[in-house]
Amino acid sequence: MSAVLAPVRRAALVRPHRIDVSRAGLYLFLALAALFFLAPLYVMVITSLKPMDEIRLGHLFAWPQLPTTDAWRAAWSQACTGVSCEGVRVGFWNSVAIVVPSTILPILIGALNGYALSFWRPRGAEVLFAVLMLGAFIPVQVMIYPLVKVLAALGLFGSLPGIVAIHVIFSMPVMTLLFRNHYAAIPQELFKAARIDGGGFWRIFLQLMLPMSTPIIVVAAIMQVTGVWNDYILGLVFAGNDNLPMTVQLNNVINTTTGERLYNVNMAATILTSLVPLGVYFVSGRWFVRGIAAGALKG
Amino acid sequence: MTALRRPARRAWMSWAALLPMAATVLVAYLGTVLWSLRVSLSSARTFPKDDFVGLAQYERLFDNERWLHALQNLALYGVLVIAACMLIGFVLAVFIDQKVRGEGLLRTVFLYPYAMSFVATGLVWQWMLNPGSGLQQVVRSLGFEDFSFDWIIDPDKVIFAVVLAGVWQAAGLVMALMLAGLRGIDDEIWMAARIDGIPAWRTYVSIVLPMLAPTVATVFVLLFTGVVKVFDVVVAMTQGGPGTASDVPAKFIMDHLFGRANIALASAGSIVLLLTVLALATPLLYLRSRHRAAGARS
Repeated sequence: MSAVLAPVRRAALVRPHRIDVSRAGLYLFLALAALFFLAPLYVMVITSLKPMDEIRLGHLFAWPQLPTTDAWRAAWSQACTGVSCEGVRVGFWNSVAIVVPSTILPILIGALNGYALSFWRPRGAEVLFAVLMLGAFIPVQVMIYPLVKVLAALGLFGSLPGIVAIHVIFSMPVMTLLFRNHYAAIPQELFKAARIDGGGFWRIFLQLMLPMSTPIIVVAAIMQVTGVWNDYILGLVFAGNDNLPMTVQLNNVINTTTGERLYNVNMAATILTSLVPLGVYFVSGRWFVRGIAAGALKG
Repeated sequence: MTALRRPARRAWMSWAALLPMAATVLVAYLGTVLWSLRVSLSSARTFPKDDFVGLAQYERLFDNERWLHALQNLALYGVLVIAACMLIGFVLAVFIDQKVRGEGLLRTVFLYPYAMSFVATGLVWQWMLNPGSGLQQVVRSLGFEDFSFDWIIDPDKVIFAVVLAGVWQAAGLVMALMLAGLRGIDDEIWMAARIDGIPAWRTYVSIVLPMLAPTVATVFVLLFTGVVKVFDVVVAMTQGGPGTASDVPAKFIMDHLFGRANIALASAGSIVLLLTVLALATPLLYLRSRHRAAGARS
């Protein structure tokens, strides 16, 4: 016994000195990692504040000598995509118009699905749910062409309702899973009591279950707002020219422009496009992580 | 009588409420897969055709250099991004778990890239890696005139530039989930390991990591689904270039659907992508469901 314990004691004696060295190494590593993660954000911000003359000097990390917000103004209201030069504000408002219904509708439908699956359990619904969960693994590319055809047949292709419908479809697995798991944790007795009191399908949903879903609605809203705002491929294909979301417009501004590239304007436009999801992230904190974990299809 | 009627009514209303879900599953998920499968067996170019050419499109696909290169890129990107994110994320989580100061700040810093879009990620890194004004120029202006870091314009290395951006974006996610997992581990495990004289790193690798298996599986599924659909970051960062050097299957399919009007070939590519996902995801899902069943029994 003492032979086993001896090394532990010796280790405990040697510790103080070793701890200082390893603690310093620990902090050094974390600091370097933080620099790696922060560098692009820093470069983005300072590049957006430099005039083009200064950018041509090639000092990527240098603080701007003559900081100016001209590039920000240009990015917001003058940046060109093709022939139109109205800035990324066009895309911003398009994205807002897409995100609002694409957050509310998927949450309502997800909650309704979760509620029906957890409490009413109609026959065959579990099979449907299992297929929906598998559907989350289908690569978007498999679905794009047929969905274009279906939406075109319905007269919705390239319209705002069309892109919203697409977001409803693609978010349904995660939204349904989120609410189904949430409702699975609510005791069945509560539901049965509401039934005995004469509550119908919709009344129990609207007056009992939805009010009990606030935390999960917040998580779902965080996921939908960031997810839909950051979407590129669905907006590119389904939104149509009049509704192109900000990410698509940003990419067009930067990658399809001819002539000299205005890096300061490009970086300002990139920051502007990232402001909404970054704002959601900084405000929501731990809720953001909860959303990721809950959305990881661990049902 | 009412006892008999009730279940029927109840089923009717809950089924009605599930109609949107049923329609989505049948049309948007199952229907589209069958449709793409059917198109991939035809000779359609711009418009769908009713003929049947067997597996000819698949043969053409695997004779296509660009497709093979895109698949190879996807495999390389997937292995490297998943491995690097796992490693960096785990190390960061373990280090943050050592009761360091400024934990909240560090977590925020490591995870914020995950809130950014792939488009923004690609554009930032395009600028950072620009040989004329990015990192290469910075090191050169420090006096190392011959320093070279031009992955983004080198056809042989451009995919590694995309990997760099991908890891930057997603490593924090692994950190956040692993840290949550670490916090869930009982202190007694640590006490026991210390009494037995097991070094801390050994405890992490041999005891804690296996205990985190469910978290690792979750992280893997998240990263894997992200890898398969990789498209935005490539489009934003390199447009698939130089040439088609950083092409990925998703981009190949999109180009053939819309730019090159070859929907049958594109559909064949999408079905191959789907089969790849199923082949890799099915065993994992099976293992996880068995794991959960075992957990439920005990």
